[in-house]
Amino acid sequence: MTTLVINNKEHQLDVDPNIPLLWALRDFVGLTGTKYGCGTGICGSCTILLDGDPIRSCLTPVSLAEGKKILTIEGVENENKELQEVWEDLNVPQCGFCQSGQIISAVALLKENTNPTDDDIDTAMSGNICRCGTYQRIRSAIHKTADLNNSKTELK
Amino acid sequence: MNPIQKITRRSFIRGIGLASGGLIIACNIPSSDDKNKKRPFNGSTFEPNLFVQLKDNGDLILIASRSEMGQGVRTSMTSIIADEMDADWKLVSVEQAIGHPKYGNQNTDGSRSVRTLYETMRKMGATAKAMLITAAATKWQVEESLLKAENHYVINTSNDKKIFYGDLVKEAAEVEVPENPPLKDSKDFKYIGKGLKSVDGADFASGKPKYGMDIKIPDMKYAAIARCPVTFGTVKNFDKTKALAVAGVIDVVEVPRIKKPFGPLGGIAVIATNTWAAMKGKDALEIEWEYGDNKSYSSESYDKMILENVHKKGKEIRNDGSVNKAFKNAAHIVESSFQLPHLVHAPMETPNATAWVKEDGTCEIWAPSQAPQTARDNVAEYLETEKDTITINVTFLGGGFGRKSKPDYIVEAAAVSKTIKAPVQVVWTREDDIQHSYYHTVSAQYMKGALDKDGNVTGWLHRVAYPSIASTFAPDSGYAAGFEFGQGLINIPYQIDNVRCENGKAPAHVRIGWYRSVINIIQSFSVNIFVDELAAKAEKDPLQFRLDLIGNDRVEESKSGYHFDSAKLKNVLKIAAKNANYGKDLPEGHGMGIAMHYSFFTYVASVIVVSMVNGKLKVHNIHSVIDCGTAVNTDTIKSQMEGAAIFGMSLAYYGKITAKDGAIEQSNYHDYQMLRINQAPKIDVEIINSKEKPTGVGEPGVPPIAPAIINAIYNATGKRYYSLPLMDHGLV
Repeated sequence: MTTLVINNKEHQLDVDPNIPLLWALRDFVGLTGTKYGCGTGICGSCTILLDGDPIRSCLTPVSLAEGKKILTIEGVENENKELQEVWEDLNVPQCGFCQSGQIISAVALLKENTNPTDDDIDTAMSGNICRCGTYQRIRSAIHKTADLNNSKTELK
Repeated sequence: MNPIQKITRRSFIRGIGLASGGLIIACNIPSSDDKNKKRPFNGSTFEPNLFVQLKDNGDLILIASRSEMGQGVRTSMTSIIADEMDADWKLVSVEQAIGHPKYGNQNTDGSRSVRTLYETMRKMGATAKAMLITAAATKWQVEESLLKAENHYVINTSNDKKIFYGDLVKEAAEVEVPENPPLKDSKDFKYIGKGLKSVDGADFASGKPKYGMDIKIPDMKYAAIARCPVTFGTVKNFDKTKALAVAGVIDVVEVPRIKKPFGPLGGIAVIATNTWAAMKGKDALEIEWEYGDNKSYSSESYDKMILENVHKKGKEIRNDGSVNKAFKNAAHIVESSFQLPHLVHAPMETPNATAWVKEDGTCEIWAPSQAPQTARDNVAEYLETEKDTITINVTFLGGGFGRKSKPDYIVEAAAVSKTIKAPVQVVWTREDDIQHSYYHTVSAQYMKGALDKDGNVTGWLHRVAYPSIASTFAPDSGYAAGFEFGQGLINIPYQIDNVRCENGKAPAHVRIGWYRSVINIIQSFSVNIFVDELAAKAEKDPLQFRLDLIGNDRVEESKSGYHFDSAKLKNVLKIAAKNANYGKDLPEGHGMGIAMHYSFFTYVASVIVVSMVNGKLKVHNIHSVIDCGTAVNTDTIKSQMEGAAIFGMSLAYYGKITAKDGAIEQSNYHDYQMLRINQAPKIDVEIINSKEKPTGVGEPGVPPIAPAIINAIYNATGKRYYSLPLMDHGLV
């Protein structure tokens, strides 16, 4: 049995310890928001946070995640709801398939850097391919979320 | 532009009229499937037609008959209904139609959903509204002329009394369906032209939408399939021992090749309890293949061959005047050759389908499909059963770009389910997707132009050779089809007295298919670069040269009902140039390039600013302008144009699929690269304000991008490139 803590909830899984987190999440836990795009870690569709760090779940075996905190797209509303609202407001997604990975990478960026420049965004987000080409709106959405969060912080 | 119609007609008769953008197929969906009779009523839901369901609590369910693949069709189509119905958008939810001919044509391709269904969707909404008004008139016993509808209410204008749509459900169901309900004046549109947000936006941002791969059926198995590296090769023999030893693998079965345009390629399927085990099992298979004839296909020699074929006389496709005379009398001659490789769609979601052939012989399928009815027809044919026993549920598509117009992967899942007698999800790996697709065709082109002493273009010879999409559907003649020539070859927008177009031989060795904007990519590339070359040779300003070459204002009649208007093309060009500050000095090392293209009845111009630093290209700005008639959803149009710019850049930078000994050499996103965010320029999009009927949006933004980049590089450096991808020239 492998114990995974996903979006603050514990799950017991009877799986091969080598199975990548991506497939454990999708086929065993039933959390399908995390996507398969390439299986080789180069497209970013499967990005999740492991103890706060963005990782490629298609290459990470479940054994490496035991005892660590996993955040998937399904848990983002408790982490950065504003980002999701801005994402919707600016109509960022087209087909939407890569967007889980994009949003997770953006959550990680905004945790590290509350006021990223375009270059910071490009660096943090360049591992995530969007075949529909929503990059311009991704940049805008990250800036806007940062501004929103910063203005809230100032008010506190 | 007259030649298009003739040839389009012929290609239709030949039975390959499925071409993306090639044809308009009329959609005659009745506003009711049971005309002039009372509608069935379940006591709580008013259903005036197939697309509208109004509940007694006011909830309005609108049906999307076309597939959602990022183009926003679920929002744009339903907003048209809601607008005519004077519905409250907050009360609308959208349901996806199954694949069924009762919805009319559901092929989501050719940039034609809004274009061909705009009036139909308006009528669906107007019918519902008219019936609700009649219902209120009956209820109140007043003249209908006193009543109007507004935001989910019917209002009596004489006394301001109002009644909620939900409260009219029972009475409305008693009303006869009107034949010709009145349509709104466009000035009264509430949603059309306003840039409504996607109905699925919140779901997209929280991982909720179900794509094909997200479907889970009780007792469902997972399958991955090994296919022959060479197109149409077959299995000679195989050893499944190692595959069966993989934990989670249940079985290994052979999948038949079905010799149909959309038939599966066949191969060996590994059945497992999860996707990963199926993929691992597939890697562990030991298979000996019979490669077949296409083993001879190697891009290196093939590309040389088609290039030679465009340097000799080809089949005449268009001939006006005499190019030979023009060349003889020319002051200057310009000659160029162009080569573009195969491309593959590579949508983020690979092909996949979940199929369940049940014991009773019925079959249910869940799939991301651009062509659910074609899928249904093909599955029924394969199972040798009635179409009505097949249900095709259309999931969200994680991108399509034309790949998911071909339901081979759906028939394949049905074949596996039938074999293993269980529901199964067949998932293609990225490698499968890149190596077993229906490829955008490879091409060679030759152009020769004549200029007189004043720099006017007097002669234009254009030869093309590319394996035809028609080869996928009929025995391959080695020549291209009429609908392909109509995508920017024979219908150039220029006024030139002597024009000749020829087609050289290029037989197909892989499956050739539609890809976002199809052959327009190829022919827009050569034409836009060649015009730039002619302008340079004539020592004229590239913008003015183009405007002059388009010539006088004229409307060229077309049987399609969409008439080419030269003034509109000039207009988008001028506005794009203005938005780009054309003519102003650029910083050192920068260049500006222009291209324009008319496709899917839409006018697009793009002006692109680049710089070259240490021999490396950077695209800074893309200024695109689109005239697509009535803009149903301005925000969607902008996002489609932004996406088209990135799509065009990806193919310009990296797009290249090659074959060696019949096998595709690329395999995943590392060697078939995509543009990434750090390379994405600033893109601005202007939409021409128009009241004319809507035309295509999803595709027309792509064709100008690559040639505008090439022209910008020339403007910056004086060096001209004639082939893609730019990575092969060391520029990216």
